[in-house]
Amino acid sequence: MSVLLLDKSSSRQAPATAVRKKNYRLQRILTETGCLALAVVLIIWTLAPIYNMVMVALQAHNDVFTNDIWPAHPSLYSFWIVLTEGYWYLEYFWHQFGNSLYIGVMTVFFTLLIASLVSFSVSRMRLRNGWLLTNAALLTYVIPASFLAIPLYRIMQGYGLGNNVWSIIAVEVTFATPYAIFIFQQYGRSIPIELDEAARVDGASPLQVYFKIYLPMMAPALVAVGTYALLLAWNEYLYQFLLLSDKRSMTVPVALAQFLNSDESPWNYMMATAIIYAIPPVVIYYLFRGRMTSGLTMGGVKG
Amino acid sequence: MASVSVIEAGRPVTGRRSLLRAWRGGLQGSEFAWAIAFCIPYVGVFLAFVAYPIVYGLWLGHNPALYLELWQDPIFQMTIVNTIIYLVVGVNVKMFGALLLSGFFMRRGWWVKGLLMIYVLPWAVPALPTFISIHWMLNSQWGLLNNVIWDVFHIDGPGWLDTSRWLALGSVIVSYIWKNMPFWTVILLAGRMSIPQELYEAAEVDGATGMRRFVHISFPLLANLYLVCTLLSTIFTLGDFNTVTFVSGGGPALTTHVLATLGIRDAFEIARPDLGVAAVMTALPVMIPLVLILMRKLRTSEVQL
Repeated sequence: MSVLLLDKSSSRQAPATAVRKKNYRLQRILTETGCLALAVVLIIWTLAPIYNMVMVALQAHNDVFTNDIWPAHPSLYSFWIVLTEGYWYLEYFWHQFGNSLYIGVMTVFFTLLIASLVSFSVSRMRLRNGWLLTNAALLTYVIPASFLAIPLYRIMQGYGLGNNVWSIIAVEVTFATPYAIFIFQQYGRSIPIELDEAARVDGASPLQVYFKIYLPMMAPALVAVGTYALLLAWNEYLYQFLLLSDKRSMTVPVALAQFLNSDESPWNYMMATAIIYAIPPVVIYYLFRGRMTSGLTMGGVKG
Repeated sequence: MASVSVIEAGRPVTGRRSLLRAWRGGLQGSEFAWAIAFCIPYVGVFLAFVAYPIVYGLWLGHNPALYLELWQDPIFQMTIVNTIIYLVVGVNVKMFGALLLSGFFMRRGWWVKGLLMIYVLPWAVPALPTFISIHWMLNSQWGLLNNVIWDVFHIDGPGWLDTSRWLALGSVIVSYIWKNMPFWTVILLAGRMSIPQELYEAAEVDGATGMRRFVHISFPLLANLYLVCTLLSTIFTLGDFNTVTFVSGGGPALTTHVLATLGIRDAFEIARPDLGVAAVMTALPVMIPLVLILMRKLRTSEVQL
């Protein structure tokens, strides 16, 4: 490079270019170092509570109450206790796990069914005044779920659904459908309406158009919304805590929070339960992440 | 179809028929019946589990004496202050951090992608396990944080959750940011990715780099998204129950409650549902404008999220 710069016309500029090059390289090194430092900080920040969870789960009960910052005698004993329901708080663990799963699956089914039907009617069949329904959905979406908890609790008792998993399914469906409608209507715009019209001309009934054209074309949105609804139902706590008090109708998060009432504080069992409870949603999240990002992630905020 | 309605437009019709037509639109006979039938499940859910609870809640909290009672309660006064701090500091620090980090995650390279996968972990893990873990981590005697402080500095760390209101509230806000920032970073990252690369190339030709590139291109294009995200996040944070409940539990001595948790406490721990509803309703002056703005913004799809 310097050989090239020996040319007479550019010899005056040579030092300046070299300095700029040097500055540029220095700047790049500084930027890279800064990014690396930021990365290290981010990793520590992100993983600290998760590390704490794993560490406590691996400790024996007595080791939890020490000043160790990593487990002195790591063992999977706590996980074994949880899996075999070997502690009295965990008596119905698998039953409760099943309840959570059942609620999740039912929530997905009814959310997809109800939201896709109403979206089909409003945006594909162009029901007049359908915007009223869209607005109702948007209103529900922006009302914090916890603000409706008190009246909804009493109403559920009035409906005779106290201590019944169906009350939870109803609540989760209520709070998952608005986002589903929002996404279905947005996604539906990318499917040409002519498809529906052609089918109608050929004599298909609305029900046939819904099943044979609308649902297959909406598959990606259905997957995204289904994942969202499943995670919402699995992760939700407040309503499950309020409405399910019986050990056999409880779900995992409610059982988990029950540990906090205990005097013995079996933190290692609690953290092992927490990890087992967290694994399914984390796996599902990472599996379906690609389908949920850039557009379809939006609703996950509702707690 | 259009010609029929033009002809009929001049004819006087009874009120009932025109109302029916207004609802039917272009749909005929059985189609209209199908369209209505498809809406019935959602309308049922909305009426039974949204409209009715709202009306019932308004009725429960209609007595003005309740608000006087709340206002004279020092715990409620603290709760209002906490809620405001939680919203203003928590939401804005989180959103601004997310904005900056989304810029960082635009960098190329496999390790940035890997880092992003780790960074979204707090969002992927359910709220409860992580908040319980943070609660134990902040335990003054046995918690991980104070153990590390002891190992590094050889001093006793403070009692994060059980001595001072401000330390506990600060812990809650930091936990909240830890949990929620990844989600908004991903949203803003998607927003940044949708900005056409040509704009940056054109700016580079004009000599704009670094900060100026951000000020003149990224920010104006992201501003609307950023605003909607902040508003939406504010309203969701207003209803956030889990963070306070599991990190500080409202303690020490009920000084770190926010409206969402105080309402539930009043209703279920001291069995005063009317008082709980009233506590929640005091958020309405903030909520109603937010709801109206958001519904407008989301409906017109100004934000393609």
